[in-house]
Amino acid sequence: MLSIRDLKVSINGKEILKEINLEVMAGEVHAIMGPNGTGKSTLASIIAGRDVFEVSGGQVLFDGKNLFDLSVEQRACEGIFLGFQYPVEIPGVSIVNFLRTAINEQRKYKGLDPIPAPEFLAKMNEAKKMLDVHSNMTSRSVNEGFSGGEKKKNEIFQMAMLQPRLAILDETDSGLDIDALRVVAKGVNELRSKDNAFIIITHYQRLLDYIIPDFVHILFDGRIVKSGSKELAFELEEKGYDWIRKST
Amino acid sequence: MSNDQQNILDEVTSQEYKYGFYTDLEMDIFPKGLNEDTIRALSAKKNEPPFMLEFRLNAYRKWLTMKEPDWAHLKYPSIDYQDIIYYAAPKKKPELESLDQVDPELIETFNKLGISLDEQKRLTGVAVDAVIDSVSVKTTFQETLAKHGIIFCSFSEAVQNHPDLVEKYMATVVPPDDNYFAALNSAVFSDGSFCFIPKGVRCPLELSTYFRINAANTGQFERTLIIAEEGSYVSYLEGCTAPARSENQLHAAIVEIIAMKDAEVKYSTVQNWYPGNKNGEGGVYNFVTKRGICKGNNSKISWTQVETGSAITWKYPSVILQGDNSIGEFYSVAVTNNHQQADTGTKMIHIGKNTRSTIISKGISAGKSNNSYRGLVKVIKRAVNARNFTQCDSLLLGDKCGAHTFPYIHNENSSSIIEHEATTSKISEDQLFYCKQRGIDTENAIALIVNGYAKEVLKHLPMEFAVEAQKLLAVSLEGSVG
Repeated sequence: MLSIRDLKVSINGKEILKEINLEVMAGEVHAIMGPNGTGKSTLASIIAGRDVFEVSGGQVLFDGKNLFDLSVEQRACEGIFLGFQYPVEIPGVSIVNFLRTAINEQRKYKGLDPIPAPEFLAKMNEAKKMLDVHSNMTSRSVNEGFSGGEKKKNEIFQMAMLQPRLAILDETDSGLDIDALRVVAKGVNELRSKDNAFIIITHYQRLLDYIIPDFVHILFDGRIVKSGSKELAFELEEKGYDWIRKST
Repeated sequence: MSNDQQNILDEVTSQEYKYGFYTDLEMDIFPKGLNEDTIRALSAKKNEPPFMLEFRLNAYRKWLTMKEPDWAHLKYPSIDYQDIIYYAAPKKKPELESLDQVDPELIETFNKLGISLDEQKRLTGVAVDAVIDSVSVKTTFQETLAKHGIIFCSFSEAVQNHPDLVEKYMATVVPPDDNYFAALNSAVFSDGSFCFIPKGVRCPLELSTYFRINAANTGQFERTLIIAEEGSYVSYLEGCTAPARSENQLHAAIVEIIAMKDAEVKYSTVQNWYPGNKNGEGGVYNFVTKRGICKGNNSKISWTQVETGSAITWKYPSVILQGDNSIGEFYSVAVTNNHQQADTGTKMIHIGKNTRSTIISKGISAGKSNNSYRGLVKVIKRAVNARNFTQCDSLLLGDKCGAHTFPYIHNENSSSIIEHEATTSKISEDQLFYCKQRGIDTENAIALIVNGYAKEVLKHLPMEFAVEAQKLLAVSLEGSVG
C-alpha cells in the first residue's frame, strides 16, 4: 500500500530524514518509535503533503501512485489520514459541518454524489457510540476550547467518520490520560481491517499495550535503525533510548 | 504564497460577477443632470401632492449648500452630479391587476436573479417589492398582508394612497439635512418601499425589497420607510444587484425605521451591488443612510447586514434608543476583495433609561481592498444604566489588504457599562493544511473558515437568506487567499 524508498528530506538545508525505507501493506499496523527530534513527525507531514519541507531524494508511493504528484487534498481523498499531534481550532465551524464537507469532498473526488443526510447521521451516531463521544461534541466548533484529550479524541472520531485506508497517528497518545488512551486504542482496533493500514507514531510503549502492532520501527537521527515485532517495543521500554544511541 | 494558491487566485478572481447581465427594456429616461426643473419634472411624473414637491425642493436647496463628506477612509474620484440620470423607469407602468401585465422581460430579469414575482412560485412566507432602476414594478402578497391591516407597497404608491402617513413619518428619523447624501436622496428619490404594521400585529410574512439597477449612467436613490406601531413585529429583508459596467454608478439610499412601544423590527440586508472588476474598474458607489428610532419603551431594532458588493460602501445603520429599556443591535459582515473599499459600522445613541445595544462587526479583507469599521456609541446624561457591548473583528486574507477600526465612544453617564473588544486575525497555514488533509480544497476551506468566522452574524439572518448569504461569502472570496 505505502512504499517509502530512500526518502531524504530537509528543512532550510538541514537534513532531517536521511534515508528512510518502509513498506506498509494493507491489514498491517506499524509503530514508529523514537526520541524527540528524530524526524517522526516530519515523516508523517511528508506523507500528508506539508510543503515546508524539501524532498531531496527518494520517493513515496501509495498504491503505486507517486505521492509527490498529488496535492494534500488529493492524498486525503486517496485515503490518507493524518491524526495531528496539535490539531488546530476552526472557530464557528461545527464538527458536523466540517465532517460533512470533508466527506462530500472525498466523495466528489471519487465521482459520488453527496452523502444523504440520514446515512451521514447514522454513520455519525455509530462512530459516537463506538468512541463514547459526548452527544453535544459534534455541534461544537472544531477543536475550539477543547482540552488536549478532547482534541485527540476528535481526531480519532474524524478518522472513524472518514474511514481512511492509511491512517497515520502522530503522537496521538501524548498527553492523554488512561481513559482517553483506551478510547484512541479502541478506535484503531475497531477500524482495523484487512483493507486498511495504520502507522502509529509514539514515544512510549504504553499505547502499544492496547494496540498490538505488527511491526515496530525505531527512528533515530533520521534513519530507521531497528525494525522488529512488538517485542522490540518492550525491549526499548526496558533499555531506554540510550541503548539505541550506543548501538548506533 | 505558493504557486498553487496563486494559480487559484488568478483563476477565480477573473470570474465574472454572477448578476452582471443587463436587460434591454424599453425605458422612460430623463436627460442627465440635476436642477430644480429636474425635481419638478420628477415630482410631476409621479403625480405627487404639493407637500412632496416642497420637501424635495427644500432638500435640494439644502444640498446645494452642503459639502460631500471626506472623513471616511475611502478614496475615489470626485463624482460629477450633473453627469447622472436621475430618473429611469421601465416604460410599461406597474399599475397592473395581475402578473400577466408585467413586461415578460422584467419577469425574466427577476427570475434570473432567483426572485420569482409569481406568488404561486414564491417561497412561502416572503412577500417581495421589486424595484428596478427608479420604480417599483411589483409587490407580491399585498392582499394577504392587507387582511392583517399591514401596508406593504412601493413608496410611490404610499404617497398616492397614504399621504397622511408619509407626511407624518417621512424624514423624522433622517432629516433632509442630515448629511450630503441624505439631502441628495431627499431631493431626487424615485421609489422604494413603504411598510406599516398596525398595533399588535405580528407580520406573518418576511417582507423583502429587491433593488436592481439596470439602466446605464443612472443613479439609484430609493427610500424605505418602516413604521411598526405599538406591540407589532416585522422582519424585513433587502437585496440588491446591478449589471457589470465599466463606469461607476451612484446609489444613495435612505432607510428609516420607527418602532413604537413594545414593537420590534428586524432589518436584514444582503448587499451585492456590482463590486467592479478585479482591476478596480466600475462598480457601484454605495452611500447609504440607514437609521432607526426606538421611539417607545421596550422597543427593539436590529440591523443585520452582509455586505459583499459595491466598489465603495459608506454606510452606518444606526439606532436611536429613545424609549426606556429599548434595544438596538447591529450585526455586520463586510467583505472586500480586489479593489473594493468599505467604511461601515453603526451608531448607537442611548437616550432612554436601561437601554442596551450590541454591536458585532466582522470585517473580511482580501485582495488589495480596504475594510474599515467606524462606530459611535453615545450615552447621554439622562440615559441611566445604559449598556453597550461591541465586538469588532477583522480577518485578513493575504498581505495586500487593509483592515481598520475607528471606534468612537462618548459617555456622559457614569452608570453606563460600555465594552469594546477587537481582534485581528489571519487564516493560518495550519488551518488550511488541516482542512486540506481532510480532503477539502483551498477554495472550500476558505469558504468554510470564513463562514465559521461570520457565523455569529449570519445566524441572525432569516433562514432562507442565511443560506444565500453563505454562498455569497464563499463566492466573493474565492481564490483570495495568499
